[in-house]
Amino acid sequence: MTETASQPIPEQPKRNLFQQLELDMRLLGMIGAFAILCIGFNIVTDGRFLTSRNIFNLTIQTVSVAIMATGMVFVIVTRNIDLSVGALLATCSAVMAMTQTEFLPDVLGLGLNHPATWAVTVVVGLACGTLIGAFQGWMVGYLTIPAFIVTLGGFLVWRNVAWYLTSGQTIGPLDSTFMIFGGTNGTLGTFWSWVVGLVAAVLGVMALFSSRRAKVRHGFPVKPAWAEAVIAAIICAAILGFIAVLNAYEIPTRRLERMFELRGEVMPEGYTSGYGLPISVLILIAVAVVMTIIARRTRLGRYIFATGGNPDAAELSGINTRWLTVKVFALMGFLCGLSAVVASARLANHSNDIGTLDELRVIAAAVIGGTALSGGFGTIYGAILGALIMQSLQSGMAMVGVDAPLQNIVVGTVLVLAVYIDIVYRKRLGAK
Amino acid sequence: MKSAKQLRAEGATPLVEMKDISIAFGGVKAVDHVSVDLYPGEVVGLLGHNGAGKSTLIKVLSGAYKMDSGEIRVDGEKVEITNPRDARALNIETIYQTLALADNLDATSNLFLGREMVTPFGLVNDAAMEAECRKIMGKLNPNFRKFNEPVSALSGGQRQSVAIARAVYFNARILIMDEPTAALGPHETQMVAELIQQLKAQGIGIFLIDHDVHAVMKLCDRASVMKNGQLVGTVDIEDVTDDDLLSMIILGKKPEHATA
Repeated sequence: MTETASQPIPEQPKRNLFQQLELDMRLLGMIGAFAILCIGFNIVTDGRFLTSRNIFNLTIQTVSVAIMATGMVFVIVTRNIDLSVGALLATCSAVMAMTQTEFLPDVLGLGLNHPATWAVTVVVGLACGTLIGAFQGWMVGYLTIPAFIVTLGGFLVWRNVAWYLTSGQTIGPLDSTFMIFGGTNGTLGTFWSWVVGLVAAVLGVMALFSSRRAKVRHGFPVKPAWAEAVIAAIICAAILGFIAVLNAYEIPTRRLERMFELRGEVMPEGYTSGYGLPISVLILIAVAVVMTIIARRTRLGRYIFATGGNPDAAELSGINTRWLTVKVFALMGFLCGLSAVVASARLANHSNDIGTLDELRVIAAAVIGGTALSGGFGTIYGAILGALIMQSLQSGMAMVGVDAPLQNIVVGTVLVLAVYIDIVYRKRLGAK
Repeated sequence: MKSAKQLRAEGATPLVEMKDISIAFGGVKAVDHVSVDLYPGEVVGLLGHNGAGKSTLIKVLSGAYKMDSGEIRVDGEKVEITNPRDARALNIETIYQTLALADNLDATSNLFLGREMVTPFGLVNDAAMEAECRKIMGKLNPNFRKFNEPVSALSGGQRQSVAIARAVYFNARILIMDEPTAALGPHETQMVAELIQQLKAQGIGIFLIDHDVHAVMKLCDRASVMKNGQLVGTVDIEDVTDDDLLSMIILGKKPEHATA
């Protein structure tokens, strides 16, 4: 082979402002749509939509669906579908409710609110979800039953396994420590929220910097330093702004008084405190970060996308696509278990209808977020934004006083429209 | 280095021996007791009509199909190849007719698919892989520029060079090329021909599947012709003419003067 130098890197032509920032146009479009939605609702509701209280509520309502939507991205990217996530959530929730209210206190004799109860319960719930997910993945991958059928069956099976386990009863109240995973029952408070926000901002800037350094080291083109700085500033502002909003939502005085009473103290006159970052949202952020790293920086993620792009090529490249399917569904099941923790803790009980219709919300969130059902394309942040858009739409319309049937009509229409816009966008780009 | 012909004459151990290979799909014998071999630095052409069984035979070697009976020896040692991973572990690389690229990934990801470089933390090292990709593409196709675009955005020739780069980057000893020039223009076909000469000189053994008798006459040392799943015969290219090969393909008759 003739020895020639490595590829020369061509001079970058002059580009406009947006191109220099190298922002993802799809992300920008989604954020734009979301912003228009929020501002629109805010105007119609006379400023009630964009209050710290409503933003706080929106966030905690989105968490459960958003967690599952990140897993659904991988499922859909590998050209599969999971119709059973809502039912699986219900089964996990039922198993956890039984564990913490009957099995641990009575059968093992730990009593109510034992300090180990929450941990055992969460482990049991996550294991339950992972196992069921892996089992469904095994049927799809190794028995080659179409995912649509396996999970359609699963949709009926797991919904009713939950019913059978609990005899259809609502089980509650749940363990007091367990409940910190749900919304208002567990928040970090203002101080720790700021700490988390600052740490996140620093990590974000460091990640940007290290990726730039890696590119420079290999002599690849990088965007101008000012563009990098602008993006860093936007990231920091977004993170800290979000924390500021959550901190601004104050805990009602009655509730604060009760919290002091529980500790045997008396609340000082005029004392106020913000909720800050809910622990469930912190979990979602952690899930988003981990799932994004899996998607972009691990072999597993690379194989997931390769398999979605061309299953034959993936197989011929030595990727065990059957085992990969099991892993993807097991991960989806794990996330259903995690969502079950958040959802049941938020409601403070397990009810028979928990997670009903979640499968459709989760799929819709992933698809609105730009995940292509034909496989190979999808992003984690897109799915989370998709979940947020769906939830905003729903609660915004409820706030305005739109009739329930109309709400669903609008959500359905938006779903179809969003996918159409995505198709048009892809065609413009010339991609398949 | 001795030429493949000398090695054969001396009775050296072939790089690959496929002995008595059979594979059937639902009653149809796609490959019927076929034996072929390959020496280091040799190009063996596999010829035959569509459906003659040449692609099927070679997919047994690359691990895409499992044979029903027969045995494969590499360097004289019997080996088990049950999937593409086994084949890759034996340094058997394949350039498929369909190229087998993941269209949604970029050239670098495709080049390293299944064999990613990782950082000490176990994360894929994209920057290092892109640097390697730029190096090898600089040798194979100096005009290649689109490193960060999905391969669906590439031309046929560019896609072909990604597929070739993937096969030669990982120290292949045995290279299978399934109609490597089918989708290429004359200039790119010439490029592939030159590449085959380079790889030969490095002692790599190549199975070349092709329809085109002229290409086989030009590039190969020997040719094995198949018809209806059976081996018509293996001939030394120096001993035969285009017409001899054509009559083997069409009539399934081995010329009497050629014995290899």
